[in-house]
Amino acid sequence: MKILEGLYYSNDHEWVKVEQEKAYIGITDFAQHALGEIVYVELPELDEEFEAGDVFSVVESVKAASDVYLPVSGKILEVNEDLEDSPQLVNEDPYENWIAIVEIFDKSELDDLMDEAEYKEFCEKEE
Amino acid sequence: MHRYIPNTEADSKYMLQSMDLESIDDLFSVIPKELIFNRELNFDDAMSEIEIKKHFAEIGGNNKSIDELTCFLGAGAYDHYIPSIIRHLAKRSEFYTAYTPYQPEISQGTLQAIFEYQTMICNLTNMDVSNASVYDGATASVEAALMAVDNTRRNTILVSKTLSPEVRKVIKTYMRFRKINVKEIEMAEGVIDIDELKASIDKDTAALILQNPNFFGIIEEFEEIEKLIHSNKSLLISYVDPISLGLLKTPGELGVDIAVGDGQSLGNSLNYGGAYLGFMAANSKLVRKMPGRIVGQSVDAEGKRAFVLTLQAREQHIRRYKATSNICSNQALNALIASIYMVTMGKRGIKEVALQCAQKSHYAANKIMETGKYKLAFNKPFFKEFVLTGDSDVSDLNKELLKHSILGGYDLGKDYDNMDKSFLVCVTEKRTKKEIDKLSSVLEVL
Amino acid sequence: MKGYDKLIFEISKEGRFAYSLPKSDVPEASLENIIPNKLLSDKEIDLPEVSEVDVIRHYTLLSNKNYGVDTGFYPLGSCTMKYNPKINEDMSELGSLSGIHPNQPEETVQGALRLMYELDGMLSEIAGMDKMTLQPAAGAHGELTGLMIIKAYHDKNKDFNRTKIIVPDSAHGTNPATAAVSGFDIVEVKSDKMGAVDIESLKSVLSDEIAGLMLTNPSTLGLFESNIKEIADLVHEAGGLLYYDGANMNAIMGISRPGDMGFDVMHYNLHKTFSTPHGGGGPGSGPVGVKKELIEFLPVPTVEKDEDKYYLDYDKPNTIGKMKSFFGHFDVMIKSYAYILSMGAKGLKEASQKAVLNANYMMNKLKDDYNLPIEQICMHEFVLGGLKDNIHDIATLDVAKRLLDYGYHPPTVYFPLIIDNAIMVEPTETESIETLDGFIDVMIKIANEAKDNPEVLKEAPHNTPVRRIDEVRAARNLILKWEKE
Repeated sequence: MKILEGLYYSNDHEWVKVEQEKAYIGITDFAQHALGEIVYVELPELDEEFEAGDVFSVVESVKAASDVYLPVSGKILEVNEDLEDSPQLVNEDPYENWIAIVEIFDKSELDDLMDEAEYKEFCEKEE
Repeated sequence: MHRYIPNTEADSKYMLQSMDLESIDDLFSVIPKELIFNRELNFDDAMSEIEIKKHFAEIGGNNKSIDELTCFLGAGAYDHYIPSIIRHLAKRSEFYTAYTPYQPEISQGTLQAIFEYQTMICNLTNMDVSNASVYDGATASVEAALMAVDNTRRNTILVSKTLSPEVRKVIKTYMRFRKINVKEIEMAEGVIDIDELKASIDKDTAALILQNPNFFGIIEEFEEIEKLIHSNKSLLISYVDPISLGLLKTPGELGVDIAVGDGQSLGNSLNYGGAYLGFMAANSKLVRKMPGRIVGQSVDAEGKRAFVLTLQAREQHIRRYKATSNICSNQALNALIASIYMVTMGKRGIKEVALQCAQKSHYAANKIMETGKYKLAFNKPFFKEFVLTGDSDVSDLNKELLKHSILGGYDLGKDYDNMDKSFLVCVTEKRTKKEIDKLSSVLEVL
Repeated sequence: MKGYDKLIFEISKEGRFAYSLPKSDVPEASLENIIPNKLLSDKEIDLPEVSEVDVIRHYTLLSNKNYGVDTGFYPLGSCTMKYNPKINEDMSELGSLSGIHPNQPEETVQGALRLMYELDGMLSEIAGMDKMTLQPAAGAHGELTGLMIIKAYHDKNKDFNRTKIIVPDSAHGTNPATAAVSGFDIVEVKSDKMGAVDIESLKSVLSDEIAGLMLTNPSTLGLFESNIKEIADLVHEAGGLLYYDGANMNAIMGISRPGDMGFDVMHYNLHKTFSTPHGGGGPGSGPVGVKKELIEFLPVPTVEKDEDKYYLDYDKPNTIGKMKSFFGHFDVMIKSYAYILSMGAKGLKEASQKAVLNANYMMNKLKDDYNLPIEQICMHEFVLGGLKDNIHDIATLDVAKRLLDYGYHPPTVYFPLIIDNAIMVEPTETESIETLDGFIDVMIKIANEAKDNPEVLKEAPHNTPVRRIDEVRAARNLILKWEKE
């Protein structure tokens, strides 16, 4: 299972990649494995604002539907429209295929998230 | 012993022995004594088939059915022609004794029939996608309203007073518990009051539900309404009579976002109000908001075309408390009946039925007006139902008609203020000139 | 016609037709004189053009690709796939019952009203309830009705704080979904090792915010909840009401009654317990019964009797309202009414006894080859936990698919969620020991195949009209209707 360096991770298996004031958000390799073959990704609307912990997307496989929570408060700047027609991209490379880019409102919220090592330990416990 | 329970006393004894048990009561020893029902249910003894038939003959004898009455009653359930083959096909027990098609490999009959049903509902309404049906037209309206609330994230549903009172009541029940506002729009001359609609539309309007032809049988004009609704980013939901689509502009042509209605007219018996089916069709961007079952096409392991329930991740058994609707069945058998009806009537038949409804209802309206005792309540184009107003009490009229074996119109005074001398007459393709003339002549002497 | 794989649209041919209508005998008016042109459709109606024999063959051939209770054994847990007696079908088709209009005057439908009134009484007697509504269209619809009644009750007491419904983690998915769509929040309560409600866990969630508890007894594991009285008392003391999901009533007819266990509201599934056919997914019927203090909240109309006249009562100021058009699925009511008459009190009790006997017999015979997570006497159904000694890692789904090859409908799989690899078997009372033995033999044979020839399971089914279907493709690439190429 792949866990990348330099990303932040949430308890709900989302990852956050920070670039200045914006962040790429997606689901982790652990999450895509657990879901199985993904058939649909519901994308948020542009400019929509969310609090940390809000559901901003839903990822569906044939047998499950999983809410995706925004790990940090923010505004949706961009959504990954490729996922509309090719949801399987998340299975193929969950870190390359982000779901949305958000403008981060409060960088201190990142402190509540895990780093690579902590997340690795977290996943081992979950298994 | 009972004819539906094959295991004999000897079988039972053998089965109990295999588990080292003495008696059947041992199986129920886990039930606390105080919860064991200590008397017999207060029913009569089991009846044989002959006794059941006699019993039902007595019960049926206390009903008057459309076999003995000439039906001019509609208002939500309709006496249309039902082709003979429907019964023969829908009563094939491979269809009706099956469960929901969760094992698609041995349910291709049901699944393909639903796929064809979805196709025909889309074609009839000119919409993009259809589900496999819901309980009835009223609950289909509810589901459509909830889709609109979910989709627009707004919280008010507008309903025209020209929408069936029965349907409005059901909508109100559901919306009250969901804390969604329902605002009724007044009517003007038997159609929705556009001025009041304009005044009612606001940022919280999720959708308008407009019946067409409306409860009074009148064909509403959609052009201006469609613009009003969509310029406000609300959804337009239309409640339609599927038979009328043999002639009238379809929901798709009118710019409707969700078309719903009751499919009883499509080959289903009156059955004293049920079971019928509710159909739902929407434009493609709403497909993932659709409640209920949906069948999709795929392939099997050998690449052969096959059908399967799809989009199930939205449904209650996976989403549990996050599901958009709690429905976990469709009206599969009624939808099968509707399908067989649409196939049997086909391209030309459905048009012919609609045409005869229009012709015969207009003949009836003119004929009755010629008596000079009744007039049309609204001077508007109608399809198969129309409102007459006279001087007599409607229930008195209907009592007299019943004496002549005629099932008279629907008493509008029950649901609308100031309409206590008005009634809604329905004339389907089944009525003949002779029957209509008789209705007219009985009404004339009253 | 083996291998028939056409859609009705693919056999359509211009000019064919199957309908039969008389010529209109009223003087013809030209269409534009009666309906303005702008209201008429410009589109051609795209429906098939086929002859009558085409229709008959098409649907007959489709029916051959289906499997029903009349085809064979259907041990689908929690669905009660018992035999659907044919006299019931005949009675529901009598013109004097199927040919009555829901808006007819009451004096012309006294027979129908009597039937409904009597069915209400019978169902109330079986459940130990005081009054029923026959309006709900299905089990899930009954649940919704019942929870709305609970809400209305608390609202009337100005107890607006009660916004939560307790649901056990073993519950059917409709329970939490229903609670949510009727405006409640859900509190899940854990099951103990024996699959029963964990009393301590229940105590910890009870408060003045609890509106009620939803429960089925026997539980979804097929086990009788013997602490039910204590559970009921706890919930009642906390001011909540008890909702009974009648999915499993087939275990206890004439033996034990939800009303006596302390339940306040319940629904039946006439299509399970009372033998009405499932129809390939509907129509069902989900009557809701209540105790006296809740009668005022039932949907309108209820069916009442005044001396020897039956009538529909709309005069209920505290009603929750209408749940669907008209009075419910009347044709389904007819069938269950005929069923109860055919069975009588003794027959109903025998049905439950034999259903429970059949289930225990099978459980006992299968436990050597399949995991049995909870070993105790079961009620009308039992839950296995996948294959024992599963060396080749065969999924429960593979076992289910292999059963298709042997001509059986598989049991319910992967439910309840709290048992891994669940296989939930409900034989019902209408199956003979020979049928049960035949199924047991095949289940054991499959367990052996799982060891010796695992591939045959993984690729099953082999001889069904179609093989395993690509559900991922169906969901990714949505094709929801036929379109001309």
